[in-house]
Amino acid sequence: MRIKQVSVFVSNEPGRLVDMLKPLSDNEIDIQALSVADSTDFGIVRMVVSNTEGAVKALQDAQFTIRTNAVLAYDMPNVPGGLLKAVVEPLAKVGINLEYIYAFAESETGKAKVVLKVSDIDRAEDVLGKG
Amino acid sequence: MWEPQYEKMPREELEKLQLERLQQMVKSAYEKVPFYRAKFQEVGLTPKDIKSLDDVSKLPFTSKSDFRDNYPFGMMAVPLSEVVRIHASSGTTGKPTVAPYNAKDIDTWSNLMARTLASAGAHSGDVIQNAYGYGLFTGGLGFHYGAERLGATVIPIAAGNTKRQIMLIEDLGTTVLTCTPSYALIVAETAQEMGIDLAASQLRLAVCGAEPWSENMRAEIEAKLGVTAIDIYGLTELLGPGVSCECSYKTGMHIWEDHFLAEIIDPVTEQPLPYGQQGELVLTALTKEAMPVIRFKTHDIVNLYPETCECGRTMIRMSKVHGRTDDMLIVRGVNVFPTQIESVLLSVEGVEPQYQIIVDRERHLDEIEIWVEVSDAVFSDEMRSLEELEKSVRAEMDSVLGIAARVKLVEPKTITRTEGKAKRVVDRREL
Repeated sequence: MRIKQVSVFVSNEPGRLVDMLKPLSDNEIDIQALSVADSTDFGIVRMVVSNTEGAVKALQDAQFTIRTNAVLAYDMPNVPGGLLKAVVEPLAKVGINLEYIYAFAESETGKAKVVLKVSDIDRAEDVLGKG
Repeated sequence: MWEPQYEKMPREELEKLQLERLQQMVKSAYEKVPFYRAKFQEVGLTPKDIKSLDDVSKLPFTSKSDFRDNYPFGMMAVPLSEVVRIHASSGTTGKPTVAPYNAKDIDTWSNLMARTLASAGAHSGDVIQNAYGYGLFTGGLGFHYGAERLGATVIPIAAGNTKRQIMLIEDLGTTVLTCTPSYALIVAETAQEMGIDLAASQLRLAVCGAEPWSENMRAEIEAKLGVTAIDIYGLTELLGPGVSCECSYKTGMHIWEDHFLAEIIDPVTEQPLPYGQQGELVLTALTKEAMPVIRFKTHDIVNLYPETCECGRTMIRMSKVHGRTDDMLIVRGVNVFPTQIESVLLSVEGVEPQYQIIVDRERHLDEIEIWVEVSDAVFSDEMRSLEELEKSVRAEMDSVLGIAARVKLVEPKTITRTEGKAKRVVDRREL
């Protein structure tokens, strides 16, 4: 399923993530999945949130540099080999490259959520399904 | 003393010589360089109006931007076929300042550099290890020709490869080291790390310039290398190194006034100031042929001392450079203007020119870091594209500035703004 992801440019320094998360919390925006890619000087925070438009506005008001883009997100069974069989193998077979991937396990439902950015989103969606 | 007949010339006689040469130079500029002719005509001046040395103040100033506007050969007074060499230094934007020399200019420069080295305490028979950069930069070849003229033995090693420098100092019996002051300290500390005491070597003199340095640095260089460290000054526009140099008394750098006419002006009103007062140094080349330079505003803030020196030289002395009237930085001996950095950033697609230049000195070596604010336009969710952005800015800086700069992407509004105006340069170097 194709969804919107919000990415935020954040300096690599103590407390900066607090400054970024606070406006989301204040606006009652729930983070469903999150990952941080880090370099020496900065990080890229990538998130899937309950209210993308609200998150964009809250972060822009707090003067963060942001970007939204389409990624693929799937719920899958939280079992051994789940990620491998449901996502990674099917993409590898048709030669689609994974730019990055992050995943969350939900203990109540026994499911896991996986978010992926791929080299060819249309083909990947055909392979993995639109639902 | 290399040329006592000039260096100790009575002031009256010297000023007479200066006036003759100034008149000749103004005439040549007026007749051969349309740029100067137009500037003189603007203020209704002809060469005949220069009747005394004081009349120099009637002449219009020449500024760094004039070189840019007349790039590359618009300031030249001779055809290119007479030019035997071209040096260059960085200009205020992407284009360098070009310095052409005819055969006579190279001869004058070599002689002045021999005089400079002699004033510093070098003589024929010395082994001079020249660790200034060779190439477009005037330091390398300027010292090289001067050392040969002096009758010394030159080792044209250029800057870098410090361990080899130390080996050659020991093996070849180097007596004089010529390099930037920060590099002299790197040589000293590298030798210490290698367990070599250079104070016990034959090295006795270091001639250092091309960047600002302090008395503290001098004391450190002298103690660690076991040398006398002498300060030297020059500008590419005027010839290169060899405009002025200290003598063994170290009470200011003697300006070679038979070749350069020095004035001190108020940087704001541009009015001449009396000697002794701090102001902007203005220099006129009196003997340069390929490219006349009249009343060049150096942007260097100095004091001028006219009293005869204990060494016997009558030539006026200038203090160390106290500061700049513009925002030019000297990083590892290379002139860097914030406007150059801005034009580089503008040439990289998507980058907004919100930047700050941080200059620091780590282990005596200048480090330059350029902070660039990341706008929504260049931001990406992929690390790779941000790293590529950093890389392309760095590569472009390297090719334009000629020095490696670290590029750091920062959040918007990170860069300090005072009254809405971003602070472009943060110089953390303690000299």
